[in-house]
Amino acid sequence: MYSPRQNFHQTETAGHIMTTDAPVISCKNVWKIFGNDPEGYLAKMPAGRSYDEIRADGYIAGAKDVSLDVSKGEMLVIMGLSGSGKSTLVRCFSRLHDITGGTIEVDGQDIMELPEKDLIDLRRNKMGMVFQSFGLLPHRTVLDNVAFPLEMRGQDRHTRRARALEVIKLVGLEGREDYFPRELSGGQQQRVGIARSLAIEPDIWFLDEPFSALDPLIRREMQDEFLRLQEMLGKTIVFITHDFDEALRLADRIAIMKDGVIEQCDTPDQIVMNPATEYVRKFTEDIDKSRVVHASVLAKADQTGEGDAVSARATIHDLAARLVAETREFIPVQDGEQVIGAMSRQEALRVLVGAD
Amino acid sequence: MASVTTNAVSPATNQLTASTIAIWFGCLAVLLTALQYAGILPSWLHRLPESWIPPFALWLDAAFNFIRTDLGLEKLTRWFAEGPLQFMLDTTANLLYGKRRWPNFEQIPWSAIAAAATVLGYYLGGWRLAALAGGTFVWTALIGQWTIAMETMSVLMVAAPLAFVVGLGLGIAAWKYAWVDRAIKPILSVLQTLPFFTYLLPAVIFFKVGPTAGAVATIIYAIPPMILMTTLGLKKVSPEVVEAGKMSGCSRWQMLRHVYVPAARTEILVGVNQVIMLCLAMVVLTAFIGMPGLGAKLLAMMGSFKLGRSFEIGVTIVLLAVTLDRLSKAWVVKLPEHFEKGTPWWKRHKYLLVGVGAFAFFTVLGIFVEWFSEIGRRQSWSQGKEIDTAIKTFLAFDIVQGTTEKIRYVLNVWILNPFRDFLLSIPTSAFILLVVAGALALGGRKPGIYAAVFFGLVALTGWWDRSVITLYSVISAVILATLIGLPIAILAARSEKWSKRTLLVCDTAQTFPSFIYLIPAIMLFGITATSVVMSILVFAMVPLVRYTVEGLRGVPPEMTEAADMSGATRLQKLWNVQLPLALPTMAVGFNQAIMFAFFMVIIAAFIGTQDLGQELQKTLAGTDLGKNFVLGICVSLMALTFDMAIMTWAEKKKRALGF
Repeated sequence: MYSPRQNFHQTETAGHIMTTDAPVISCKNVWKIFGNDPEGYLAKMPAGRSYDEIRADGYIAGAKDVSLDVSKGEMLVIMGLSGSGKSTLVRCFSRLHDITGGTIEVDGQDIMELPEKDLIDLRRNKMGMVFQSFGLLPHRTVLDNVAFPLEMRGQDRHTRRARALEVIKLVGLEGREDYFPRELSGGQQQRVGIARSLAIEPDIWFLDEPFSALDPLIRREMQDEFLRLQEMLGKTIVFITHDFDEALRLADRIAIMKDGVIEQCDTPDQIVMNPATEYVRKFTEDIDKSRVVHASVLAKADQTGEGDAVSARATIHDLAARLVAETREFIPVQDGEQVIGAMSRQEALRVLVGAD
Repeated sequence: MASVTTNAVSPATNQLTASTIAIWFGCLAVLLTALQYAGILPSWLHRLPESWIPPFALWLDAAFNFIRTDLGLEKLTRWFAEGPLQFMLDTTANLLYGKRRWPNFEQIPWSAIAAAATVLGYYLGGWRLAALAGGTFVWTALIGQWTIAMETMSVLMVAAPLAFVVGLGLGIAAWKYAWVDRAIKPILSVLQTLPFFTYLLPAVIFFKVGPTAGAVATIIYAIPPMILMTTLGLKKVSPEVVEAGKMSGCSRWQMLRHVYVPAARTEILVGVNQVIMLCLAMVVLTAFIGMPGLGAKLLAMMGSFKLGRSFEIGVTIVLLAVTLDRLSKAWVVKLPEHFEKGTPWWKRHKYLLVGVGAFAFFTVLGIFVEWFSEIGRRQSWSQGKEIDTAIKTFLAFDIVQGTTEKIRYVLNVWILNPFRDFLLSIPTSAFILLVVAGALALGGRKPGIYAAVFFGLVALTGWWDRSVITLYSVISAVILATLIGLPIAILAARSEKWSKRTLLVCDTAQTFPSFIYLIPAIMLFGITATSVVMSILVFAMVPLVRYTVEGLRGVPPEMTEAADMSGATRLQKLWNVQLPLALPTMAVGFNQAIMFAFFMVIIAAFIGTQDLGQELQKTLAGTDLGKNFVLGICVSLMALTFDMAIMTWAEKKKRALGF
């Protein structure tokens, strides 16, 4: 189910990602402040001012000194409650919002430096975005909505129609091309939103709480659909959600935000096993950790075990029956053909019963 | 924390001082009036001496002359009037009633237009609208008013699209550039309260008499709501749709063309509806500057007391108004629907094809059968004389005559005249103080200051007595309208069914051009001051009833349910829950009633009044632009004072109630 993200689990055992490519999106010390004169305020603001202090000064901090890299092919989920600044941050990546301080580079290009024309080109060719309440144009049919970005960049009617039909088929809306958005259900409308964002074959795909407006059953279905698409396309993805389960289900890495600050940015395993702050720990409290934590995380390189190895990619939950039946103290873990260490059975059982 | 507490207290102290000042001003006004009655008030406090009044009219005249001739504006406007505008008007005139101009066709047969309108009505709203649209045109033709109706329509068809285009453009500019918005806002609020006579004279002077001036006045009159609706719609476009557009790589123009304007479709089309309705109302009124058409005919018939024909023309105007209103409103809610795949071309466009087919059929039929093309006066089914006799017989019945006589007598002798004399007896200074006190108490400091400035200006123009008489007509009519309208509205609001019916009646009545309201008043009360008050009364009652019903029905059901469960009787519920919650909405209706009354009182000048409207109407005959403007501004300033005070109050109340 999660093949694209396997790449990461192989290399990230040490806790941080080792990629050879330069990051697709790289932001350094990014500030986004809303208010009357944000630049002036930021320039004068004493260091270390808290979110509440800034608010008392009459400004809202959407992003506070955020530094973050997104690697090629990675799925980064930004998680946080409403008002935590997650949507603001993703809008800074595409310059729907102009940032107040810091730099954001996309493919090595500082996007704040781009003139309007180049910015439009960037959006026309490299970026796609899906919105929480879909953002469909009500006066256009499904086909015309999906073809809209292609029309904007001046593709002729025939090619854009062909391409639009292709993506419509991809999201499973064949036969609904001539419908208007209001004639579709919420789930179908979001499929149109997804198809539109994919029409230009973007390298970077932003999804702003794409499934939050849908009811739980449809949400699950759409998540599966989304994972299927991602498996096929392998895009670089920034996915926003306020739903921790959704984050765990989809993410290569999760960035947890609160009051404009990233509290922790790590793999789901690490967030569950080693929450960096009290705030993060509270999120992980009710989570069934055994379904999140993989054998690879528990495997210690300096330990060796006897007998059959288990797969590094299996979750502890997958191994539950075996763990209970086992008698060995240390069980070897192998990734592919290579043994990467051994995990302590006791530790694994503690994860399984949620004793942490 | 400290700032929060001061914030919470300061409006309260403001409120306190504003209302205290209001009370002081009120007392002072009473004192001044008492002194006047005692005969010891210095005369300059009673009325401004002639010598103090600056010659505004002369100054304005000089300014206008400068703009007109020295700056050459007149050349430009005359060129526009005689060039493009005249051309467009001639074209529609040729097509609709066969005026001998380019493209020199015969007039379009009435049956063809009626058939096309029927198909359009069916497409937009089913059989009912088809019957209404078709029926209206058939009636107009059969009753023998086709030519005058088409004279009116030919101007409307030029004015409405132009007003739409200009309004849309200005609306977009005001939305895009804050400085345009700031510049336009005050002009719009003045334009919306300016009496229509003030639109007419400049139009005549700059754009020559007749249809061109009529069209220009109509266009200017219809633009403001289009601007407002456009800005409103553009501001309301959902931020996600905007972002979706940006992320699709739209350039600025593409954003506007493909995202903003289509997404604001509903508001823009509501604007179109208002443009059409205001154009119709104004086109009818341009009769006062010699525009031929329904309005001119109605004016002539009413002037010579031919009630039957007036009635028939009134029906035509009402039918046209309702048809145009319903068609354009149906267009607002008509959303595109998809066709199943593989639907053939003719099926996708079947309404268009049927419409064109019907049009062509009747056009050809008209060539062979004269009756389908044009109905002459002899052939028409007009029953003018018979209706005339019927109405006059009816009015001559003792009961009817007795009743109307009695109403007239009671109104005039016991209510209206004493009230007018009382208002006139109040010294100018006291009057202004009273108005300011009212504005302070209602709206607070800002409306209070504006009230002082505005009424001060009115006093300075030297038209004080006539202004007071105008105000007296407005106030007495609105009070009467409230006394009659409120109980009706409260009763109607008690049931869903009656609310709907009442709202439908109000909706329909609101589409009638204001002129129409004079007809029944004149029928019943003749050409008297009672007719004036009566027509204003009915006209002003419409928004009053409408907003009251809407306000009462708009009270959240959980609140009335809470009242029911608390054991409130119907009256307790009405008094303690429904009315307080509906009050802000009702205030909006009350405000509109006052605005409508100001509008109507000027039109009623035609019957014969002694107010500003009378003087305004007199200026139409000449070229006295300065005086015309001074009079118009007087009306506008008084209306704006009320508007600001009441609307500020309603806003404050709404916020306090958390709506």
